[in-house]
Amino acid sequence: MSRQSLTKAHQKITELSWEPTFATPATRFATDYTFEQAPKKDPLKQILRSYFPMEEEKDNRVFGAMDGAIRGNMFRQVQQRWMEWQKLFLSIIPFPEISAARAMPMAIGAVPNPQIHNGLAVQMIDEVRHSTIQMNLKRLYMNHYIDPAGFDISEKAFANCYAGTIGRQFGEGFITGDAITAANVYLTLVAETAFTNTLFVAMPSEAAANGDYLLPTVFHSVQSDESRHISNGYSILLMALADERNRQLLERDLRYAWWNNHAVVDAAIGTFIEYGTKDRRRDRDSYAEMWRRWIYDDYYRSYLIPLEKYGLVIPHDLVEEAWNRIWNKGYVHRVAQFFATGWPVNFWRIDGMTDADFEWFEDKYPGWYEQFGRWWEAYNRLRHPGSNKPIAFEDVGYEYPHRCWSCMVPCLIREDMVADEVDGQWRTYCSQTCHWTDKTAFRPTYEGRPTPSMGRLTGEREWEKLYHGWDLADIIKELGYVRDDGRTLVPQPHLDLDDPRKLWTLDDVRGLTFNSPNTLLNEMTPEQREAHLAAYRANRNVTA
Amino acid sequence: MATPTGRSFPHPELTDAEAGALTFPSSNSRTFNYFKPRKLRASMYEDVTMDVQPDPGRHLTQGWIYGFANGERGYPVEWTALRSGDWHAFLDPNEEWEQTIYRNNAGVVRQIGLNLDNARRAGAYQTWPRSWALFVEQHVGAWMHAEHGLGMHVFIAAQRSAPTNMINNAVAVNGAHKLRFAQDLALYNLDLSEAVPGFDGSAHRGAWQSEPVWQGVRENVERLTTVEDWGEAVLAANLVFEPLVGELFRSHLVMQIAARNGDYTTPTIMGAGEYDYSRDLRYTRALFAMLLKDEKHGRANAEVAGEWLARWTPVSLAAVRRLQPIWSQPPERVLSFEDSLDRAKERFRGLLSDLGLDEPKELER
Ligand SMILES: [Fe+2]
Ligand SMILES: [Fe+2]
Ligand SMILES: [Zn+2]
Repeated sequence: MSRQSLTKAHQKITELSWEPTFATPATRFATDYTFEQAPKKDPLKQILRSYFPMEEEKDNRVFGAMDGAIRGNMFRQVQQRWMEWQKLFLSIIPFPEISAARAMPMAIGAVPNPQIHNGLAVQMIDEVRHSTIQMNLKRLYMNHYIDPAGFDISEKAFANCYAGTIGRQFGEGFITGDAITAANVYLTLVAETAFTNTLFVAMPSEAAANGDYLLPTVFHSVQSDESRHISNGYSILLMALADERNRQLLERDLRYAWWNNHAVVDAAIGTFIEYGTKDRRRDRDSYAEMWRRWIYDDYYRSYLIPLEKYGLVIPHDLVEEAWNRIWNKGYVHRVAQFFATGWPVNFWRIDGMTDADFEWFEDKYPGWYEQFGRWWEAYNRLRHPGSNKPIAFEDVGYEYPHRCWSCMVPCLIREDMVADEVDGQWRTYCSQTCHWTDKTAFRPTYEGRPTPSMGRLTGEREWEKLYHGWDLADIIKELGYVRDDGRTLVPQPHLDLDDPRKLWTLDDVRGLTFNSPNTLLNEMTPEQREAHLAAYRANRNVTA
Repeated sequence: MATPTGRSFPHPELTDAEAGALTFPSSNSRTFNYFKPRKLRASMYEDVTMDVQPDPGRHLTQGWIYGFANGERGYPVEWTALRSGDWHAFLDPNEEWEQTIYRNNAGVVRQIGLNLDNARRAGAYQTWPRSWALFVEQHVGAWMHAEHGLGMHVFIAAQRSAPTNMINNAVAVNGAHKLRFAQDLALYNLDLSEAVPGFDGSAHRGAWQSEPVWQGVRENVERLTTVEDWGEAVLAANLVFEPLVGELFRSHLVMQIAARNGDYTTPTIMGAGEYDYSRDLRYTRALFAMLLKDEKHGRANAEVAGEWLARWTPVSLAAVRRLQPIWSQPPERVLSFEDSLDRAKERFRGLLSDLGLDEPKELER
């Protein structure tokens, strides 16, 4: 189509909407934001007549690559260390994708601009595409990778694993609560605009380095839809900024959304990239280096800061603190260590770190060995069953952490932990901002103003509480993380499939009692609690 | 390891991590084992759709972790008055997932594109009598708005609300069809305003917004956008509006009379809309058939559906009655309004009786 006729076509499409006079659409999803005086800002345009064939063509390329990968025996070259983490990643990500589709009517209902409605409607279709194309990739992995266990239970495990719940925020956060907080600020302004870079660009390059070129094919294809989504969100933001009353809410929501995305996405993707790779070339960028480029430079400096000219208050302090957690406080390493500590209740296998890994970590993150090295040595030493328990139940100088009530990643930067009695219960938080999220942000008033549409943090937020006092073997059975012989565990703290005696079974983990740190905390007397919290914060948690 | 040129790249390694390389527990466990497929083997559609939207009634142990201000969480089953013993038993008979969505819709737009190219090249519009061109600019034009409104504010809105991924995806695809078809009509209108001398490409807006004949249809569509219960919205749109108004206009009027008026193009566009609806009706029937046969809730669901039919049938019939004058506008009238309406009612009755639903008495008023 010529440029001129394209312009005409776009113009024509705008004629489809009209001002209703008999009745106006139901407001299913409330927002405290107002758009009454907003000048209309339009997003990138897309006509369905060209959209469908264009996406079909993109799909054909993806499916072609899939056939090629199978014919080319790609799985003879993939690293198991990498593929195992895909069991977690691909259990989570189709839900955020489909949630983004479900979020679209929330934004459509909130923002009076037919042009944005069109953009959001196309995004809905994109997101259905993303969710199902990713499920299909996972299905292919299950069919062709050496160890399908964990892929086979995928969506159930997503729904009952502590790690799935952490990931679920990146999804539920799009579809629940104040419509603009959820479907615009959390989903688009932060998740899509900032974090899809690490998800869909950094992850694929690491996958390729580990012999998997299908993940890059699928995720680059997904990412190519993202600029339109980012444009939808930006248009809504500009409209919101036209009303002074929205500033305070935008400021609140950017703080919450930024911090929660950082806590959740950096925990997961950081771990996959740093601990799921076998590529230890010195000049391979670390996650921290990628973060500095993709998030700090491309998002924070080039996207967020320029918004200051519209009078928007940017959470500079939280961007710097996120970086501080990644660079100085070992956030990603502590998360990876926690995942590995918890291996018996995972549904994937975690490879231990070797000397080559140690060297790389020390080079990229000076001081790494001192904090984490000996723990990983213990992890390797304890990797087979028979003469020892799983590492979480052996004394290696690692105290099992409290969980953050808000982001649900444990309070791993121990000195930063905040404890408070909120809603009649002692809760722990990984950081001040997570404390603020629960105590201040997700409430019906904010800084004295009513926020009747704001959502709530709900659910059984501490996973461990569900199994307080249970035998570890019973927990794993209940979760369903047992292989088809009825006794061998799906999760293993190593990659050795060659000898059945190296594989942990239910018998190897029976007789170990699992407890909920939060339940114990609430049972303590005030004095005990104070002493416990002080000791927790002071414990460097280093293996001797 | 640096290469001679100083470039650094990862080195592939033979890992033999291929299926079948070793035998160990679960080494052959290559099906998603958390749902029961309808047939012996799960379809691609089931594999990529089932349980992606979790459910506290199935595997979701910690429950939904975000709530609305009123305490509702996730995808409450209370968002419709319909009830089901197992919402997850619904599977979309169209088995829509990304590949089918794009293949199908890309196929439709390609087909339409070819038809329009041919029509333009053959000068097919030149034989249109002026009165037929007027009919197309006003009435065929007005219809684009109905499709757009339903797509954007009924179906896309409703796909946030149903308790399973299978239902929500089917409704989402329905919404995509409507928007695409609305755009097909709009761009066809644009084509005509360039190819047909005197064709007023803006007349459709006035017709839709203020021509008395269209105000009943517009009212029906606008009222459909106010429905909060997603089940009611789907029923009122696909089982009432579509057979009584949509098919009446598209099939029982435009597609019957266009050729007689020298127009071979409009029917091909309208045909695409009918094809969409046949797909969308398929999932709608499967959904309501399941709910009406539900052992525990079937009777209650039939009552609820009966109330909805009683509420929406008169609205759509009123829309149809107001539309009646346009039957006498084309120069070549092939069929009377009453003939068209009889066919539409017959179709409507057939749909209801297939589902075992009683015909609303409002139908005969
Ligand atoms: Fe997406
Ligand atoms: Fe997106
Ligand atoms: Zn936290």
